[in-house]
Amino acid sequence: MSVWEYLQFSFVQNALIVGVLVALCAALIGVPLVLKRYSFIGDGLSHIAFGGMAVAAVINLTNNLYLIMPLTVAAAVSLLTAGQNAKIKGDAAIALISVAALAFGYFLLNTFSVTPNISADVCTSLFGSTSILTLKQSDIFLCIGMSVLVIAVYLVFYNKIFAVTFDAEFMKAAGVKSKAYEILVAAVIGIVVSLSMRLVGSLLTSALVIFPALSAMRVFKNFKAVVLCSAAVSVACALCGILISIVWGTPVGATIVLTEVVIFGLFCVSGLKFKRR
Amino acid sequence: MAGLYVENISLGYEGNTVAKDISFRVSLGDYLCVIGGNGAGKSTLIKAVLGLHKPLAGVIRLGDGLRRGDFGYLPQQRDMQRDFPASACEVVLSGCINRCGLRPFYNRKEQTLARGSMEKLGIVGLSKCCYRELSGGQQQRVLLARALCAAKKILVLDEPVAGLDPAAARDMYEITADLNRGGLTVVMVSHDTATALNYASHILKMEKDAPCFFGAGGEYRARSGERKPRSEGADSV
Repeated sequence: MSVWEYLQFSFVQNALIVGVLVALCAALIGVPLVLKRYSFIGDGLSHIAFGGMAVAAVINLTNNLYLIMPLTVAAAVSLLTAGQNAKIKGDAAIALISVAALAFGYFLLNTFSVTPNISADVCTSLFGSTSILTLKQSDIFLCIGMSVLVIAVYLVFYNKIFAVTFDAEFMKAAGVKSKAYEILVAAVIGIVVSLSMRLVGSLLTSALVIFPALSAMRVFKNFKAVVLCSAAVSVACALCGILISIVWGTPVGATIVLTEVVIFGLFCVSGLKFKRR
Repeated sequence: MAGLYVENISLGYEGNTVAKDISFRVSLGDYLCVIGGNGAGKSTLIKAVLGLHKPLAGVIRLGDGLRRGDFGYLPQQRDMQRDFPASACEVVLSGCINRCGLRPFYNRKEQTLARGSMEKLGIVGLSKCCYRELSGGQQQRVLLARALCAAKKILVLDEPVAGLDPAAARDMYEITADLNRGGLTVVMVSHDTATALNYASHILKMEKDAPCFFGAGGEYRARSGERKPRSEGADSV
């Protein structure tokens, strides 16, 4: 079957729409995340989301996003805003929480599992596998709704996001409530992480968030261009990844991430070229 | 009537007092220079004045119509900013952040303001350049232009000449003095006492484990003149 024939199927169309929107959100929020040196937090959050998914699976929730999203948002807000004052600092706190959540999640899945095939369940939630192709109608609407919300928030607060990323202290000194914007950014990061789990699984989520931003930063040198370029890279990679995985039967998440790795390599090379000139 | 009252504040982190019993006031139009050695708590004081750091004791009050949104701040350079993909223009424009409230984008007036402050500092030509690729002096000018956009009444500078070569440092002092003559209140931290005395109308000298001095520039000169034989070395650093 050709790609064109696959595109006639509604599940393929749904996967592409959701994939593109989620990838777009991930790329947008990835730029401030990387620039604030929070890449590792994105990774930690996805492990927390895995814990949430395990709980949802055990209590047999119909749509696990209803549990995962608030949990991840709460974790993001507390990790990103407690920051400087916490007793256990930065990377240690994140490592601690993320492995704890991972262990907790696997423990739950293994002990209280309702399905006979545990390892397939775990593999699906860690690496995404085919979940993007088996989306339910309610899932699709929720994903689209949240993605549109994230994009709208990003557009409306674009200048604030720039200011709070570049220099939150300056913003506060100028009398702007920078804390509120930091919480907003953290909440959006939480939403995006829980959405991207659908697309690439929890272990690969942070790739979706950081690769486009890092690729764009190799070549472009102002904020707006980096944001636009990483959005474009992310959407293109998601489209290619999903189509490749459908046609050749490769795992969706891993294919998207590998596409992004290749693009990152290309951008690195062309970035070097720009520099040499 | 003063714009900024600071009364008997103590500063420190987690119970560790860095400086105590600091009192001074800044009237609108003044040029206050905060001097003192390393570890005297100058930067911490500035952060307290800006509301970024909570003093352990004492009060900081704003008067004479001065509000939190009237401050423009030139922070000490940090590492994070050095590899940030931002054009000089984007950085300067972000100084208007306290003018636009919840409005999503900067309006024409704010863009003109940003342009104007870049013109004042002679960096219009750099507007499209990447911030991280500018020289130290140019970066400092970009950040000063940003602070100017935010400073409706008062400009607060933390070690603006640190890491600059002598010519760039002199330029920075001249620009600041010009701005002050134009009516802007200036509070500057510096450890260059000699130059500070040339420009400032008031001096706050902070010393570790000693009461600090606050007074007009002339007063400070007269006082330090008296004890010249003993303190010459310390004062000319």
